[in-house]
Amino acid sequence: MSQLIAVPRETAAGEKRVATVPEVVEKLIKLGFRVAVQSGAGDAANFSDDAYRAAGAEIVSDPWSSADILFKVRAPNMAEVGLMREGQVLISFIWPAQNAELMQSLAARKVTVLAIDSLPRTLSRAQKMDALTSMAGVSGYRAVIEAANAFGRFFAGQVTAAGKVPPAKVFVAGAGVAGLAAIGTAVGLGAIVRANDTRAEVADQVKSLGGEFVKVDYEEEGSGGGGYAKVMSEGFQKAQREMYAKQAREVDIIITTALIPGKPAPKLITAEMVKSMKPGSVIVDMAGEQGGNCELTEPGQAVVKHGVTIVGYTDLASRLAKQSSTLYGTNLFRLAEELCKKKDGVVEVNMEDEAIRGLTVIKDGKITWPPPPPKVAPAPAKAAAKPAAPPAPKGHGAASAPASAKSTAIVFLAGAIFFWVIGAYAPAAFIGHFTVFVLACFVGYMVIWNVTPALHTPLMSVTNAISSIIAIGALVQVAPPIGDGIARPAGWIIGLALLSIALVAINMFGGFAVTQRMLQMFRK
Amino acid sequence: MPATLSTVAYVGATILFILSLGGLSNPETSRRGNLYGMIGMTIAVLATVLGPQVTKGGYGWIVAALAVGAVIGVFAARTVKMTQMPELVALMHSLVGLAAVLIGYANYIDPAATGHLRGAEKTIHELEIYIGVLIGAITFSGSLIAFGKLSAKISGKPMLLPGRHWINLLGLLVVIYCGYWFIHTTTIDEGMKPLAIMTLIALLFGIHMVMAIGGADMPVVVSMLNSYSGWAAAATGFMLSNDLLIVTGALVGSSGAILSYIMCRAMNRNFVSVIAGGFGTEGGKPAPAGGAQPAGEVTPISAGETAELLRNATNVIIVPGYGMAVAQAQHTVFEITKFLREKGVNVRFGIHPVAGRMPGHMNVLLAEAKVPYDIVLEMDEINADFPDTDVAMVIGANDIVNPAAQEDPSSPIAGMPVLEVWKAKTSVVMKRSMASGYAGVDNPLFYKDNNRMLFGDAKKMLDEVLTALKA
Repeated sequence: MSQLIAVPRETAAGEKRVATVPEVVEKLIKLGFRVAVQSGAGDAANFSDDAYRAAGAEIVSDPWSSADILFKVRAPNMAEVGLMREGQVLISFIWPAQNAELMQSLAARKVTVLAIDSLPRTLSRAQKMDALTSMAGVSGYRAVIEAANAFGRFFAGQVTAAGKVPPAKVFVAGAGVAGLAAIGTAVGLGAIVRANDTRAEVADQVKSLGGEFVKVDYEEEGSGGGGYAKVMSEGFQKAQREMYAKQAREVDIIITTALIPGKPAPKLITAEMVKSMKPGSVIVDMAGEQGGNCELTEPGQAVVKHGVTIVGYTDLASRLAKQSSTLYGTNLFRLAEELCKKKDGVVEVNMEDEAIRGLTVIKDGKITWPPPPPKVAPAPAKAAAKPAAPPAPKGHGAASAPASAKSTAIVFLAGAIFFWVIGAYAPAAFIGHFTVFVLACFVGYMVIWNVTPALHTPLMSVTNAISSIIAIGALVQVAPPIGDGIARPAGWIIGLALLSIALVAINMFGGFAVTQRMLQMFRK
Repeated sequence: MPATLSTVAYVGATILFILSLGGLSNPETSRRGNLYGMIGMTIAVLATVLGPQVTKGGYGWIVAALAVGAVIGVFAARTVKMTQMPELVALMHSLVGLAAVLIGYANYIDPAATGHLRGAEKTIHELEIYIGVLIGAITFSGSLIAFGKLSAKISGKPMLLPGRHWINLLGLLVVIYCGYWFIHTTTIDEGMKPLAIMTLIALLFGIHMVMAIGGADMPVVVSMLNSYSGWAAAATGFMLSNDLLIVTGALVGSSGAILSYIMCRAMNRNFVSVIAGGFGTEGGKPAPAGGAQPAGEVTPISAGETAELLRNATNVIIVPGYGMAVAQAQHTVFEITKFLREKGVNVRFGIHPVAGRMPGHMNVLLAEAKVPYDIVLEMDEINADFPDTDVAMVIGANDIVNPAAQEDPSSPIAGMPVLEVWKAKTSVVMKRSMASGYAGVDNPLFYKDNNRMLFGDAKKMLDEVLTALKA
């Protein structure tokens, strides 16, 4: 019997998102599930009931009672928890660390809860389910749009008949997913974008998006594992404050995204800095929910202080509801795929699976959060992959690593014996040819190393053509000057020699011609 | 023409041959290199024909034989398709091998050449004949089989006889015994017997050796046979006491040997193990025993979606393999490249040293399709650029893009240098099915999250991609 996925309307004030979209409904049905959507659930995100119905979903007024699995965006409120019954599976944002009480009451209902925010983000397999990343990306984009909305000028610099417009300067504090999305968007609008992050490794990512990475003049590594930053030392913070103060004086727009897990957001922008900004500047504080990165932020509001608009919206993703719902819905669909490997419309919460284990915060009424530490820490995993890497490729003709003394000695000894045998027994004429032969081998060796790999095929065909030189062997047999008195089976010899000449001539002419044809094709 | 003059002409020809090989170090100078080769060959042939070793009576015969060969050769060179280059080269090697055998026989039965030799000189001369014929015969039959395999007239799978190493060893012993017998015969008629037996064994050995080698090891075999044809020429040179033959043979021989070595290194394999034939059969277990099975799922993609990916990309790297050659898709690849480049997409090609069936095979095909050579890069040049690449498109290649070579030490191909396509943002693999590559190793690339599979014939799929791009 296939299970029923139900999608209730979000009840939190101002929440416009919905946990699935019609496009995803079709895919869920292909996985074998039945889907029910509460009437009006998608209205705020511009998905009508009809669209859901067309995709194969059932439109219901009470999604809670009949559902086997519930897809939600925001954590359920107490009233909604009260509607749940034993054995149901809830998938939504939960934030178990901040919502201990909610966890207790959910556990009391003997349900299974998968908190999408508890996904082990370092698993590459989990990336397709990572709703935090997809939501942060949407928020970062929206933050720039909000800034542009509040900012009184163009982002891109222009020279017009009405005068020169300088480009807006944007500073992004924190280059996580949201920060990078903001950088990309602001660059796309034509602004000059600078960014900073305590994690030095993101500098390249910032540059790849067209931003400029501003360093703090202080040596300390700020990567705290799991892709988040850690709290930095006092000395670093001082240097950082100076850098921020300088940026605040110079730029028009500041977007802050600095978050440290489980702690209030760091206060990066002081009231002093806000005062030093040019009138009409904008600060978008994306850490509003955790108290804000700016001292003057009022979470959930846009306020003007000291002539600077400070946007502290906590629902940036929800303000782009259609986009964020689609991404979130797809994340949940990927999760459903992982939960339902057999594609038979029945979920199986496999606690052996590292990603599923991390997500599951309540299993059949038992709180399973926090999960045990992941089997492999991310940093050592990288190091472990290294040893299998291939040895550094040697350049053409570059000296290879010196052979061991023993094998070198053996080679030289064998060579010496070989040469001694030849020197002692071979006739003088042979020695001359032998000398030529050995030297020619070395010349060939030196010359060939310079040939570019792209020309290896022409090289082969030209050496093949050159090996037609063997024709000379046949040529001298056809009609040599013969002394008197030697009887010679001339018919046979001439026959063989002429056949050889003809065969080799095919090679000679064909080889050079085909090489020429190939080389003509190599062009810039 | 006096003897000194023809010797000097030989020196000139030698220099021209060396310059010819040197010229191939770069596409700009390569055409001149080929010209040097032709001039050198002309000088060598003229100096020989006009020199003291050929009397006037032979001119007519020689011109006729050369003309017949020239017509056939030029015709073949004009008509061959670029995808058939490996076959043509293999076939031509066989001609040199056969010529070496014939010349050896002719020399042996010619009392004018051998009658005056005595003692050690005679022994060495007979040994030279013997070795020349031996190498020539192996080159001849081996190249014919390589030709058959490359043109798919013979199955590309390695044919492994039971106890094949013992068979080879036995053959070697018989050859040595015949050699001993041969140099102790007194008359030409007596000597013909061991010479004929040895020739037969050498022919069988050549067949057996190449039959045991699989399709993807062909680059090594072709270059090895190239090397043999050079050694055959050098041995003939010793036999005839001709320095030009020795030098040129040695040049060609060492060139082929180095190419074989480069190919082996590109596969992280030992030359002996390639020649011994088979892949992974020595260890007896084809699949990684303790190695990780690729986890995850395969994500298929349509031609339309591929076109969409390409259109939205800034950096694209195309990695062609033997599948492109088989499907004759190089022209469509070029059309796509041209279209994308006109749209400002930076399209480049990454070529693995052993992609295809002959060293440099892919370069020739792309050159034929008019892809400019400065966007066709070697593996070492382009591998570092994959992380900045939006789309890496793999056309009919498998083992050369297998991440297991780097990630799984227990994999049979561990340590083989590969193109790191999985580091690109998205990789698209064009393949007819999920079948594993030549090495018989499953490819974890197919299961990566950022990989997409475009199933179907490369030519047909690329045509669809091109149509979708232009739409």
